[in-house]
Amino acid sequence: MIKKLSKYIKEYKFVSIMTSVFVALEVVMEVLIPKSMAKMVDVGLANSDMQYVIKLGLLMIFMTLISLFFGISSGINAAKAGAGFAKNLRQGLFYKIQEFSFANIDKFSTASLVTRLTTDVNNVQMAYSMIIRMLIRAPLMLISALIMCFTMSAKLTLVFLGIIPFLIICVVVIMSKAMPNFRSMFKRYDAVNSIVQENLTNIRTVKAFVREDFETEKFKNATSNLYDYSIKAEKLMILASPIMQFAVYLTTLLVSWIGANLVVNSSMLTGELMSMFTYLQQILTSLMMISMSVVMVSMAKTSGDRIIEVLDEEVDLKNKNNPIKEVKDGSIKFENVSFSYSKDNHNLVLEDINIDIKSGQTVGIIGATGSAKTSLIQLIPRLFDTTSGSVFVGGENVKDYDLDVLRENVSVVLQKNVLFSGTIKENLRWGNDNATDEEIIQACKSAQADGFIQSFPDKYDTHIEQGGSNVSGGQKQRLCIARALLKKPKILILDDSTSAVDTATDSMIKKAFYNDIPDTTKIIIAQRISSVQDSDFIIVLHDGKINGVGTHQQLINNNSIYNEIYTSQMKGSEV
Amino acid sequence: MGHPHKHGASMGKVKFDDNAKKSLMRLLKRILKNYKLHFFVVIICIFISALANVNGTLFIKTLIDTYIAPFIGLQNPDMSGLLYAILRIAGIYFIGIISTYIYSRIMMYVTHGTLKEMRDEMFEHMQKLPIKFFDTNTHGDLMSRYTNDVDTLRQMTSQTFPQLINSIVTIVSVAISMIVLSWQMTIVSFIMVFITIKLSSKIGAMSGMFFAKQQKDVGNLNGYIEEMMEGQKVVKIFTHENKSKEEFDVLNEELFNSMTKANRFANTMAPIASNMGHLNFTMIALAGGILAINGIGSVTVGTIGSFLQLVRSFNQPIQQVTQQFNTVVLAMAGATRIFDVIDQKPEIDNGNITLVHSIEKEDGSIEETDKTTNTWAWKVPEKNGNGFHYVALRGDVVFDDVDFGYNDDKIVLHNVSLYAKPGQKIAFVGSTGAGKTTITNLINRFYDIQDGKIRYDGLNINNIKKSDLRHSLGIVLQDTHLFSGTIMENIRYGNLKATDEEVIAAAKIANAHSFITHLPNGYNTELSQDGSSLSQGQRQLIAIARAAVANPPVLILDEATSSIDTRTESIIQNAMDSLMHNRTVFVIAHRLSTVRNSNAIMVLENGQIIERGDHTSLIKEGGRYYQLYTGNLVLE
Repeated sequence: MIKKLSKYIKEYKFVSIMTSVFVALEVVMEVLIPKSMAKMVDVGLANSDMQYVIKLGLLMIFMTLISLFFGISSGINAAKAGAGFAKNLRQGLFYKIQEFSFANIDKFSTASLVTRLTTDVNNVQMAYSMIIRMLIRAPLMLISALIMCFTMSAKLTLVFLGIIPFLIICVVVIMSKAMPNFRSMFKRYDAVNSIVQENLTNIRTVKAFVREDFETEKFKNATSNLYDYSIKAEKLMILASPIMQFAVYLTTLLVSWIGANLVVNSSMLTGELMSMFTYLQQILTSLMMISMSVVMVSMAKTSGDRIIEVLDEEVDLKNKNNPIKEVKDGSIKFENVSFSYSKDNHNLVLEDINIDIKSGQTVGIIGATGSAKTSLIQLIPRLFDTTSGSVFVGGENVKDYDLDVLRENVSVVLQKNVLFSGTIKENLRWGNDNATDEEIIQACKSAQADGFIQSFPDKYDTHIEQGGSNVSGGQKQRLCIARALLKKPKILILDDSTSAVDTATDSMIKKAFYNDIPDTTKIIIAQRISSVQDSDFIIVLHDGKINGVGTHQQLINNNSIYNEIYTSQMKGSEV
Repeated sequence: MGHPHKHGASMGKVKFDDNAKKSLMRLLKRILKNYKLHFFVVIICIFISALANVNGTLFIKTLIDTYIAPFIGLQNPDMSGLLYAILRIAGIYFIGIISTYIYSRIMMYVTHGTLKEMRDEMFEHMQKLPIKFFDTNTHGDLMSRYTNDVDTLRQMTSQTFPQLINSIVTIVSVAISMIVLSWQMTIVSFIMVFITIKLSSKIGAMSGMFFAKQQKDVGNLNGYIEEMMEGQKVVKIFTHENKSKEEFDVLNEELFNSMTKANRFANTMAPIASNMGHLNFTMIALAGGILAINGIGSVTVGTIGSFLQLVRSFNQPIQQVTQQFNTVVLAMAGATRIFDVIDQKPEIDNGNITLVHSIEKEDGSIEETDKTTNTWAWKVPEKNGNGFHYVALRGDVVFDDVDFGYNDDKIVLHNVSLYAKPGQKIAFVGSTGAGKTTITNLINRFYDIQDGKIRYDGLNINNIKKSDLRHSLGIVLQDTHLFSGTIMENIRYGNLKATDEEVIAAAKIANAHSFITHLPNGYNTELSQDGSSLSQGQRQLIAIARAAVANPPVLILDEATSSIDTRTESIIQNAMDSLMHNRTVFVIAHRLSTVRNSNAIMVLENGQIIERGDHTSLIKEGGRYYQLYTGNLVLE
């Protein structure tokens, strides 16, 4: 994991190393100060040598200032290193996700991708800052303080060496017991969050069914659960500070007793004993720091794993070598196509599809909910690869095209479509960055969107909220159609994109297509027969298979499913 | 967890002003009130623990001056006094350790208890807020109040609280000991401490400024990430990847810059504090040395040793307090945002008319019953406050000259008058944005009207208790949202008391039974996030079943069948017709085939009813309905 993540340090390697170097130098200074103090007491004070005391005092002040300088330098470098590493890591993730195919996106949920890009990167960054500072500082401090002690009294150093394993064992035991509890605590935490999330999206349902109390009860249960597990996890953690105190006190007392005897026996100097107490504190705090960092880093490990999961995700749609860079025309051909989302031949969503569409034709697709209409059209811009069989666009296999070129030429208006925050114009320019205002207005006129846009006070500069929440469903759909039109695609696919548009407007859109983009191949998925009945031909899908192909009239006469849909919609229309 | 998020979106901005301080005080008062006894014990334990610590520090003076200095060079020194002293200190230490454990343990309960209470209260209160509140606040922002903001309180209660008390006790007792030991050295060290505090508060203020900028940049970047991830498929279709990378890079770089700056200050805090500590330490050693050599103020080597330890004990709490500064600032912001939600005005509900099951007697009078009957009645309190009378629930809905706007200054419905006779099917048609959904939102009082009257069985709906009003209305909404849990639980949401058989019967009515039984686990299939494993149409079927199991007297179907193909719809239609029998039904649909057999059809445009009548009469009229309807056939 470390190897993979450390690739993203990149240009911040130098500042990272400098951080550690400065930290190390600061430690050296910090360790030397008590030693000088001991000398000051034992040599200067013992002999009442005023000059020596002042000399050492000044030396110590000097060392402190240097240490301060190193400390600040390491802090500044660390800030840059941490923020830089996070920046690169975020960028790496974001770029990688941009390469994802639909299948990759579906595998990770939107929410989980967002968490990985935000919280997880944050956790890893914190761990990284910890490593380049604390994990250098603490062990170094520990070792050099021990060395300093050793130079003064080997016997007393043994006391420290005895207490270190005791502390380590305690920390390890607490951690290993607490960690699983923490993990279950985090799970409860997620559960609480998901209840809130769900409650927010479903608030109208909650209120309509008067389930406020029920929801509150559900939420309280979840928080009680969280409470119980938090206590379980922390019960062990709070042992840490008394144990630490115990260790400090025990060593203080042992050092006092042994040290006193040594000094009395003249095998040690008073000043040395005094600095021993300082080193004692340094050693124990570094131990505490190490264990804290270890906890932090191991907690960040989960985040690191989740990040790597994204980075390692195999993008399953790739360009061929020397891909075709031009789409000749808008003809489409399906040849014995079968498709399964799980790439499993037994779980086919589409089976044995053969279709031949000439450039410029209008084709309707009708079928019941779940008959795989969307799956079918997603194969055309190669959002997914077929499980078997081939799809041809402009006479070439879609797999042979450069993906960008193919998708530039095949415009899909998705069923679940999205507008982005920004002005209407900015949103429309997604279709074509360089579109002129005239082109934009033209596209909106075709999509029957110009009318309502003009009615807004800010017209084309009207701000759209995230997800297009400030326009109605029908308006959103028409904006999405206009956006797709601006691409001037060779193939235009509407996946039930006018469901929220009233019938009159719907038919006006279809008319505009007929007049404005006669050469574009148009594929229209719809629930309403009226949306597709004037197509060159209509495909009736049923359970992933083609049930019938023909014109409106032909299908009415010889396709029972189509006929049934038709009658159900036209019932009573003869007035 | 605990990562900075978009603070201060639409409600209160994060400013560390009086408001923030007030929120913090309010929070503290609350905790103190709820955990009076806990705090009493905690404070005592912290006192003991801190004093034990200080006592141990002072011991070094005794050690050196009483037990070491006099014995140096003696042939057979008597160390038993030292042993006794050490044992005594060990006893004190032991009490200190126990106290530490006790107060940590109690604080743990206080902390998690408080977090739970805050979350619960916020959630419970949120349930009472009007729909408008949810319209005007983004989900992400509300979510982060439950996560980030509550988390800021955790750190503060569990750490800052005890540490603050501990620090105060330690600082005071150490200061006293220092003065007793040597007032001269005390002055030196106070000067140093003063400089340290000044310096850190300066840096703290600067870093606070940059942290605010960082927080804003985090919000911007996270917002962008959220939006792009949500629209990732559209990004792909428009081959917009490079563009979004570019935009991302700009925001990412901005965050990098502000983060570097903010952390630069934050990171230098610790070395400055610790090195100022060293400096203090050195100054004391120097001053003490000079004093001792010159024999001023009876300073001994033991005094210096103890004093140096005291300086350390003095510095530590000060360092800790400066480190807590950030936590407190964050907690202030968090508390403000939490109280923001808790202080929101709940939905107004002054209604006192309730809904009861009833039995209609032969003489036409109505009697209340505890049994589940198929008839309901409104229980209306008499004006004079004595007793009740009953009004049969018939589903008679009248709008009289109603005006409504989501904001007072922008009216979207004008002079809407309509009536629905009991058992009628009333349909609303009209182009998108004409105000169809809005009308149904008024019947169940998701929103309150600006002008006019809405009567339900002759009663003003404002006088009906909101929960009872909504109980009487079954609604299938335009956007179908399901809950995580099994399909069975989801359908039962309509009526918590429904038996499995009743749930299945409702699913059959909605024509959902067959697809449910085809799922591997049938009715026990777990739905994940918003039922994303089901198709839009299947989710709508479940929502219809959910409304069916509630068995309400009045139904509102808002585009309930828009994602269901017409063939299936016509099958459901039959079932729905039996469900709708004798009930008043409001239907909104684009598909005119759905509304054709309604008793009355209202054609809405720009918030006004422009035509009304049944299908035949409206077609004859040749107006907007005719246009909409024949638009259906225009290309034939």
